[in-house]
Amino acid sequence: MTEQKKHKLSILFSAIAIVVLALLLVGVNKYTAPTYMLRTVLQLGSIYALVAVSMNLLNGFTGLFSLGQAGFMALGAYTFAIFTIPANQRAGVYYLYGVADWLANIELPIVAALIVAGIVCAIMAALIGAPVLRLKSDYFAIATLGFAEIVRIIVGSSPMNRITNGSLGLKMIPKFPNFYFPFIVVAICIFIVWLLINSSYGRAFKAIREDEIAAEAMGINLAKHKRMSFIISSFFAGVGGALMAMYMGAITSTTFNITLTYNILLIVVIGGMGSLTGSIISSFLVIAAREWWLRFLDQPFFIGGVQIPLFKTGFRMVVFSIILMIVVLFFRKGIMGTKEFNWNFILKRMDKKQPAGGEGNE
Amino acid sequence: MSEKKTILSVKDITMQFGGVVAVNNLTLKVREGEIVSLIGPNGAGKTTAFNVITGVYAPTNGEVKFHDKTIISNFPKGKMDKLYAGENKGKYKKTLEPTPDKITKLGIARTFQNIRLFKELTVLENVLIAKHMRMKANIFADTFRLNHKEEQKMREDSLELLRILDLYDVKDEIASSLPYGKQRHLEIARALATEPTLLLLDEPAAGLNPQETDELTDFIKDIRDKFHLTVFMIEHHMNLVMDISDRIYVIDFGKQIANGTPAEIQNNQHVIDAYLGVADDE
Ligand SMILES: Nc1ncnc2c1ncn2[C@@H]1O[C@H](COP(=O)(O)OP(=O)(O)OP(=O)(O)O)[C@@H](O)[C@H]1O
Ligand SMILES: [Mg+2]
Repeated sequence: MTEQKKHKLSILFSAIAIVVLALLLVGVNKYTAPTYMLRTVLQLGSIYALVAVSMNLLNGFTGLFSLGQAGFMALGAYTFAIFTIPANQRAGVYYLYGVADWLANIELPIVAALIVAGIVCAIMAALIGAPVLRLKSDYFAIATLGFAEIVRIIVGSSPMNRITNGSLGLKMIPKFPNFYFPFIVVAICIFIVWLLINSSYGRAFKAIREDEIAAEAMGINLAKHKRMSFIISSFFAGVGGALMAMYMGAITSTTFNITLTYNILLIVVIGGMGSLTGSIISSFLVIAAREWWLRFLDQPFFIGGVQIPLFKTGFRMVVFSIILMIVVLFFRKGIMGTKEFNWNFILKRMDKKQPAGGEGNE
Repeated sequence: MSEKKTILSVKDITMQFGGVVAVNNLTLKVREGEIVSLIGPNGAGKTTAFNVITGVYAPTNGEVKFHDKTIISNFPKGKMDKLYAGENKGKYKKTLEPTPDKITKLGIARTFQNIRLFKELTVLENVLIAKHMRMKANIFADTFRLNHKEEQKMREDSLELLRILDLYDVKDEIASSLPYGKQRHLEIARALATEPTLLLLDEPAAGLNPQETDELTDFIKDIRDKFHLTVFMIEHHMNLVMDISDRIYVIDFGKQIANGTPAEIQNNQHVIDAYLGVADDE
């Protein structure tokens, strides 16, 4: 098979796979009860997939170890909420402190608000990027972590009462208009990131990850490219945060604490730093395990009428953490390493099946 | 015969790290189309000199001119003002400290003593990355493939370069999987992809077997002619250096101890004492 033919077949297979996945989603939507766990897992999993991909763009593709994801998600979520809570509900939401005058009547369509959420995060990233990106790796991680905490604290603080509703948080955030909404948004966003990392700029990011000194010697402006990666990553983290707000319907600043960043980081590491498909697969697996497959661990568990002592609320997270530790310890490169999912395993077989003389025709 | 144009001029460069003077008042010239070598014992400051020329380090004192334009200039200041142990203090008053990418854009490319490829990426990607800085499209246009033509040209040029340098067959291999000799070639290919007029090679023969080292002489001359280059090179293999160089600079402890044609250098007693005497025993 020629390279070109392989390429075309890969695209065909991918297209088929996407159609099949889409049909499966339609099936899930049609034939499962609205409360069925699979629906939750798929929706939440897709949101985590976007946020993990955004973190991976920075950590896995550009080699910048950031821990600020939750901060940008908070910013995105709050921005989205502030602009979309129905105007006639605002008095109720801000019942204690009242709402700032300029905010009282703004109400954006959800798609516009999603984009605004991303843009606000991108602007914030541009502002803090200049000083923060100059720091060397460990310090950069600490600085971004600090940034995330600062955002969280400011958002929940009393001077912000009339905008963010302070420690009370925001509710009446519009839910997804339909079952498919998060999947469509996430698919578009991840597709854009995929286009980016396969573009010349994406290659420049990877060059920085591989060897900063060589990248700079090849004419790549480190400061500029790191800043671009940081801004784009933050944009999508913001959109992810906004989707999270829609999913939950109500948010407070504690929704976006360090544990969230930690969870996303684990998804990225398990999927493979530098693999988009890895991040996506790992998001669904981790969310399914945490929210669904391991649920039984939180229920009282009886064998022959005797209650096994460990099985109670919270045990699930203990088991979950142990599994994660094992994965991180023994599969250091994650599910995919820096590779992407591809169809070579099928293509190779098809190659073998061809008669030996077949090659001559090409 | 009229003198050829000077393309690189290093003037009174001193590079001091804390109390260590790695390069001491180095002055040298490289003219258009020449192959000039920089030799000297281990730790003499050769790589450091390259690092100054390419913007990795800002020199403590002195300046670098490229095509008659001052591209780098500095003088001791701050803490270095007191610590400075070099010469020509006060001669330079300008501060010009471009980052390495700026230098590369001007047309100075380099290779590294310890190969620094983008290891996990393919051979073709390594070369494509070197072409990135010439890209006109912004990140938005590039992401959404609005610059299809430009991207295609980049690819064609890169493949052409790989063909010329005999790397086409391995274009889809991961860089780190290549044999050592090929990796050295790829590093040169990548440097050429930046479209330089001046190529700095830091020990291109290091780690090569004798046959590969022999072939390197022709290879370097070849690319110089094909790509209209000027070559400035650090090398320890004396056969290669004497064969290929138009002129040679010798440094020891950061200071220039001699310069001249290969024949002059081979007969220079200073150089034999400081360096060649030892090198011949190897
Ligand atoms: N960043 C740095 N900080 C402190 N000292 C340095 C630094 N870089 C180089 N040096 C010192 O400068 C001196 C010259 O080093 P350099 O690498 O330039 O030598 P070289 O001539 O290239 O030697 P070799 O032939 O072994 O490559 C050495 O003593 C080295 O320790
Ligand atoms: Mg050296």
